[in-house]
Amino acid sequence: MLCDECGKNKATVHLTEIINEQITKLNLCEGCAKQKGSDVEQHFGIADLLAALSDVEQEPAVPGAAPPKNKCPQCGLTYEDFKKIGRLGCGECYGAFKVSLLPLLKRIHGSNQHGGKSPSPVAMKEVKLSVKLAEELDAAKQDLLKAVKKEEFEEAATLRDKIKFLEKKIKEQQKTGEKGGVA
Amino acid sequence: MKVDHLIRQTCEWLRGTGPNSDIVMSSRVRLARNLDKYPFSHWATKKQEKETLERLEEGVLSTEYMKNGLAVRMAEIDDVDKQFLLERHLISREHIVHPEFKSVVIGDKEVVNIMINEEDHLRIQVMQSGFNLQECWRIANRVDDALHKRAQFAFHPDWGYLTACPTNTGTGLRASVMLHLPSLVMTKQISRVLQAITKLGMTARGLYGEGTEAEGNFFQISNQVTLGSSEEDIIDNLERIIRQVIGHEENARKTIMKQNREMLQDKIWRSNGTLKSAHIINTKETLGLLSMVRLGVDMGILAEIDRRAVNELFILTQPAHLQKIEGRILSSAQRDVKRANLIRRRLEGR
Repeated sequence: MLCDECGKNKATVHLTEIINEQITKLNLCEGCAKQKGSDVEQHFGIADLLAALSDVEQEPAVPGAAPPKNKCPQCGLTYEDFKKIGRLGCGECYGAFKVSLLPLLKRIHGSNQHGGKSPSPVAMKEVKLSVKLAEELDAAKQDLLKAVKKEEFEEAATLRDKIKFLEKKIKEQQKTGEKGGVA
Repeated sequence: MKVDHLIRQTCEWLRGTGPNSDIVMSSRVRLARNLDKYPFSHWATKKQEKETLERLEEGVLSTEYMKNGLAVRMAEIDDVDKQFLLERHLISREHIVHPEFKSVVIGDKEVVNIMINEEDHLRIQVMQSGFNLQECWRIANRVDDALHKRAQFAFHPDWGYLTACPTNTGTGLRASVMLHLPSLVMTKQISRVLQAITKLGMTARGLYGEGTEAEGNFFQISNQVTLGSSEEDIIDNLERIIRQVIGHEENARKTIMKQNREMLQDKIWRSNGTLKSAHIINTKETLGLLSMVRLGVDMGILAEIDRRAVNELFILTQPAHLQKIEGRILSSAQRDVKRANLIRRRLEGR
């Protein structure tokens, strides 16, 4: 069978389209199918390419430290998922996979520092606060593990309280954030 | 049914006016935004997708720019209508493939349109005819400001606006210009030009975006990098490069006129002749011939034809547009007849 499009080459791609009960059959050679941009070729790419670019070692696990965060705490997407589908799960993923994403962003854009528009200062303040809290919480958790390892229990107790306090604050912040989610 | 009235209006970007409109068909700016604390569309549950769709649609329609907008739910229109919106550059392929919980809000004269629950929760798109990226950005920025008052977007001070794909992170801005470059193609300089563009961090694609062939000698050139520079700098950068490409096309036109005047005139008049007399014609042949006719109009060789009429034909002769004009489903063979008919009528000014 010859290609419907060019009439020269052998048709190897067969497409059946059903639009409102009308069936159209299209027999194409590989070249014409490519040119038609048919779905056959459509989804090649982005995920594979990103995966290749993002093959960066995860943070080396410090003995006794918390296991590397390979799951986003907000949406549950894993870094493996990201490598497979080429898409992140939510805004929080950026923080969760920071170690691998920062070099990836740098490779894609030649930079990992935003230089464009920002939301209004009021909204920004809120955004900054939540980032700061998350970072403080991270640090406190790391410190706690170290303190426990060194058997500095007094220090550990203080840190535990700090973590509880920060977690509560983040929750409160998220609640106001949700209210502001969509007016 | 909902989109039927669009067929009777000329979209802003096809008007054939604006700076450098002899070479630049249209300019476009797109901004990607996502709601803070909500999973991105592809990772959301159906319930979450429904929620973002309803809330965002309402939010978008409450802004000054979009208050008279037409909101179209992808799941509620048929395949021809979907294809029709794609041909008008109002939606993406992705919007067609998984229509559930997706919509598009189309603004007045199709200048602003906003896709909801595409790869990102919001894709704000602004189109203008001619070389007019600044104006596109000015409008997009205002629409974005208005939306910021209604929604909190996923944003990080270091990484900017957070998007589903890291290739859009930062400004979330994709600026693109649709160029008609027949002389660079004819003089075989196009691949060199495109190679240079790619080296400078820009991409070139065909009339219908990703994965499409540069049919009708149309090339869409856009920025690739979205993080690290301001929106103004990204646009300024792209503009400088486009200006160079325009210069090259102008020179190529002059060179052909000097060295191969008869050949060019022959090609243009024959194309015009074929379009005016064909009774059966497919999309591909149409695009190629229309490209030559447009070149003839732009170079003053076919002075009696209106550029806007030619521009419109590029879109009106697409499969779904023909079916909307006829008001029924047409087979490929039927379309080829109707297409030839429409072109003959339009080029004779009827």
